[in-house]
This record gives sequence, C-alpha cells and structure tokens, in this order.
Amino acid sequence: MKSRTGSRRYTVIGLVLTALMLFPVYWMLNVSLTPQQDMRKTPPDLFPLHPTFEGYRAVLDDQLPYLGTSLLVGLGTVALTLLLAAPAGYSLAKLRPRGGGALGLFLLVAQMIPGIVMAMGFYGIFLDLGLLNSWWGLIVADSTIAVPFGVMIFTAFMSGIPGELIAASRIDGAGTFRTFWSIVLPVSRNAVVTVSLFSFLWAWSDFVFATTLDGGGDLRPITLGIYKYIGNNNQEWNAIMATAVVASVPAAVLLVLAQRYVAAGVTAGAVKD
Amino acid sequence: MTIARVDRPRRASAVVKASGSDSPPPRRHRRRGRLAAFAFVAPLIAYLAAFYLYPLYRNLDLSLRDYTVRSFVAGDAPFTGWDNFQRVLDDPTFGPALRHTMVFTFVSIAFQYVVGLALAVFFNRHFRLAPTLRALFLIPWLLPLIVSASTWSWMFNSESGVVNYFLHLFGVDPVGWLTSPDWALTSVIVANIWIGIPFNLVILYSGLQNIPAELYEAAALDGAGAWQQFRRITFPLLRPVSAITLLLGLVYTLKVFDLIWIMSKGGPGDASSTLATWSYQLGFGTLLPKFGPGAAVGNILILIALAFGLLYIRVQRRQEA
Repeated sequence: MKSRTGSRRYTVIGLVLTALMLFPVYWMLNVSLTPQQDMRKTPPDLFPLHPTFEGYRAVLDDQLPYLGTSLLVGLGTVALTLLLAAPAGYSLAKLRPRGGGALGLFLLVAQMIPGIVMAMGFYGIFLDLGLLNSWWGLIVADSTIAVPFGVMIFTAFMSGIPGELIAASRIDGAGTFRTFWSIVLPVSRNAVVTVSLFSFLWAWSDFVFATTLDGGGDLRPITLGIYKYIGNNNQEWNAIMATAVVASVPAAVLLVLAQRYVAAGVTAGAVKD
Repeated sequence: MTIARVDRPRRASAVVKASGSDSPPPRRHRRRGRLAAFAFVAPLIAYLAAFYLYPLYRNLDLSLRDYTVRSFVAGDAPFTGWDNFQRVLDDPTFGPALRHTMVFTFVSIAFQYVVGLALAVFFNRHFRLAPTLRALFLIPWLLPLIVSASTWSWMFNSESGVVNYFLHLFGVDPVGWLTSPDWALTSVIVANIWIGIPFNLVILYSGLQNIPAELYEAAALDGAGAWQQFRRITFPLLRPVSAITLLLGLVYTLKVFDLIWIMSKGGPGDASSTLATWSYQLGFGTLLPKFGPGAAVGNILILIALAFGLLYIRVQRRQEA
C-alpha cells in the first residue's frame, strides 16, 4: 500500500525515536561497565571503552540473596493473585452474582488507593500479628497491587468468551467448576499470562511495601538491596547501576517472551468477536 | 461528520465497561447458578475485607488517634478526633505538597498522553521493524521504578550527570537538577513522563487498532488529509479509550511515591514533596515517626483520588447513555 521509500523513512524515524526513548536504559548499562576512576570524568565516556566488571562482581557478592527473595515474593504474589482473580473474574463475567456491579465498582476504587496508605494500615496490622519482616507478609501486601487489576482483566477477557461455548459444556453435563476449569481457564490463557506477568513485575519492583514492612528482616527484596546500596555508597555508581541492570533482567526476559501478551492483554481486547 | 457516532467500535467500549452481554441462563438453573456465582467470588470478597477494608480502617483509626512509638505497640493511643487533620492542614508543608501533587499529576499526564498518542499514531503505520520498535518502547514501563529512579538520579547529577553534559554541548550552563529547589520538581516530572509514555502508547495503540480501516479509506477518497483524518476520525473514535487512559494515568500518578522518594526524598527542603512522599516522611521517614499525621495526609490523598474517580465514573456513564 505504502511506497517503499515512505516505509523506509518511517523506519528511520522509528529507530531514532526508539534510541531517544531508550537512552536512559543504555546509560544504565554504560555506567554499570564504567571503571570507578572514570565515573566523574568530564566529558563522560559515551561508550564503555574500557569496560570493567567490578560492578557485576559486587552484585554477585552482595545482592544474590536479595534477588532470591524477590523471586520468591514475585512467584508467591502471582499464585495468590491468580487464585483469587480468575474465579472471581469468571463469576463477574458469566455467572452474574448478586452485587456484582457494586463489587466491580469497589475494585475500580481499590485501584485508586495509594500504596503508601495501604502500607501504613498494613504496618499496624502486621505489627500486631508479628508479621513484620516476613516474606509471606510481603506477598500478601504485594498482592493488593495486582488483585483488583487481575479481576478486571479476567472479567473483561471472559466476557468475550462466547456464551455458546459455556452452554455446550453445560449440555455435556459439566458443573460450574468443571466448566471453569476445563473450558474457561484454558481459553483464557492470554489473560492468565497477562495477569501473571503484571503481578510478578509489580511484586518484583515493589518498593513501598518492602521499605515499610520488610526493612529489617533477613529476607529482603532486591528493591531494598538497591536502595541500601545507594544510601551506603553513593560513590560506586557502577555497582549501583550493575545491580539495577540485574534487577531489570526479569522485566527484559518477560518482555521478550511475552510481548504479545503485554500489548494485547493490557486492554483485555484480545478476544476476537 | 456522522460516521463517528454511528460506527463507534464495540470492543473499545467493552474495555471500559468490562461486563458480559449474554442472555440470562434458563430459569431452572437460576438458584444453583446464584450459589455457584457467589462461591466463585466469595474468596475475593473475604480477601478484600481482610486486606483492603481492614487496613483502610486501621489507617483511619491511626489518623484519629495520638500515636507514639510506644502507644503504637501497646495499642492504647488516646482518641483525638480531627486533631491530626487540623495539625496537617495547619502545617506549612501542606500547601506546597498539595500544589506539587497537582502539578506533578497534571503535567505528567498531559505530556504522557500527547506523546503517547503521537507515538501510537506513528506506530499505527505499516513500516519495517514497527512491531519490534513498539515492543522496545515498553521497556521503561516494565523496569522496576527503583531502577529508573536511580538511573535518572545519576543522569541528573549536577557535576557528572550526562544531562548537564548534553546541555553543555548546546552552551547551556549546568543545572542543579535535583539539588536546586527550582528544578527538583521538574526533574522528577521528566522521569515520570518517561515512565508513563509506554503505558499511554500501548492503550491508545490498541484503541487505534479497533478503528475500521474503511473509514480512513473513505475519508481519503473524499480528499481528507492526514490531519483531517486525525481530527475527524481518529480522535473522536478514540475518545472512550482516551478517557480510560487518562483516568488510569490520573490514578497511578496521583499516588506516585517511590520515584520521587528515591530521586529527591521530596527535597531539597520540600521543593518536590507531594502528599504521598510527605505522608511517608511523617510515618516512616524519621526516627520519631508521626503515624497519626502521616495517616491523616494519606486519607486526604484518598479523598482527592476518590473525587477524581467519581468524576470519571460520571463522565463514563454519560458517554454510554
């Protein structure tokens, strides 16, 4: 449809725009490889001409346990979120429970509540229960970021599943749970991936709950690892940026593996009608 | 032009409404259906009560009592009614924090939306590498905030930052981005816009995908240029998607805390403090926490968020009617 030269011009513009947008990411990589003595050089080296891996060695020495905790908390949050959100989404989309509209409104409102307010409430409760600085307390708190979003994604997605598919399963004698488990969930794979992706990323990158609820525990997440690093040695920026690079790896991997779902799933418009 | 009104894309509004449209089940299944429907949402309802309503109640309780570190543990803080709110409203930080919150939110959203829309329209064209480049645009949004925040901190560093280096190439004197009270708020807004652009791009792009190509072909036949097509077709048909994009932007931006806290701690002084960072500062930022006032600031922030939320819901209802 478009002429070839027109297309090439757009590709060039697109490349320039992408380069501009991703410059900070490049800079993080560049600084992570810059030797300590060149850190405050003017002009700064725009390319890692003398790359060093001191920063990454520091990550291996100091930050591995934090990464492990984040992985644990992230996976736990995904499991909890799916467990709550998928059935609820099915119910709201297809079973129409009494008060479903009010529940939907509550979920919308729940997403408007600032994390810092939730953190303060959780702090009081966890203090009473002795849950402060525990990894599973952190899972519960982190899941509050993802659960309302998850329910809304599942609801939107499952509304698009043809009623005939569910009716056919009914006629074959399947109960509601059976229908949900063997028909609705498999068809909703895109929504499952989307919700898992985001609940993992949000838990992985959570800072508010980590800093308020898990400041002194043995199992601290990587966000706190970086934050403490900045506080303790704001000289070794190559180590700080190396940690930042490593902490970004899950995001990068997930983006590569699941970019279709990121783009398509966010708006839950993935079902073709 | 009437096409816009007649041919509103269905899926775009389904995104907003997120509700089913099938016919009700046959009557004899209804009673059992009701029970199953409830059983499937019951865990969610229990969860929301325990981990949303109860923390919110605790926070409200916190804001109505005079808490110290000791009474926080013992749980015998005296009830003081609206004292904390009065203290917070009288505090010299309140005015600036409220103003910064508003500026941060509206400036961020305006730029994110405009840039996101421009990029969405751009990527809606077919050219080589378009899908790949679009995917790469998502990176800033998927990165942990602490990563973006510390990267921007270093880029904005007064002496060794790369931003000042580039400015120097254009003959501009170095700016104390995060150390000068005049620039701190701008700096965190710039970083926040960068983070928010991908989100706007994704949602608006998917909205564009739902606009039938025939409309553009017809418009092109009628001799409409690119700008005409944007103004008469793209923008009006995108309105429902724009509404949800802006609402979500508002909701997320109003409560941004980590980015600002990590980059500037709300400083220097309170030059970049918002209600969210101030609330954290009061409750957790010092050795002598003021939980009551901190919770009060948090509750004021909730009220503001809800006000915008209700406004949105009203607008949405009117659009659907």
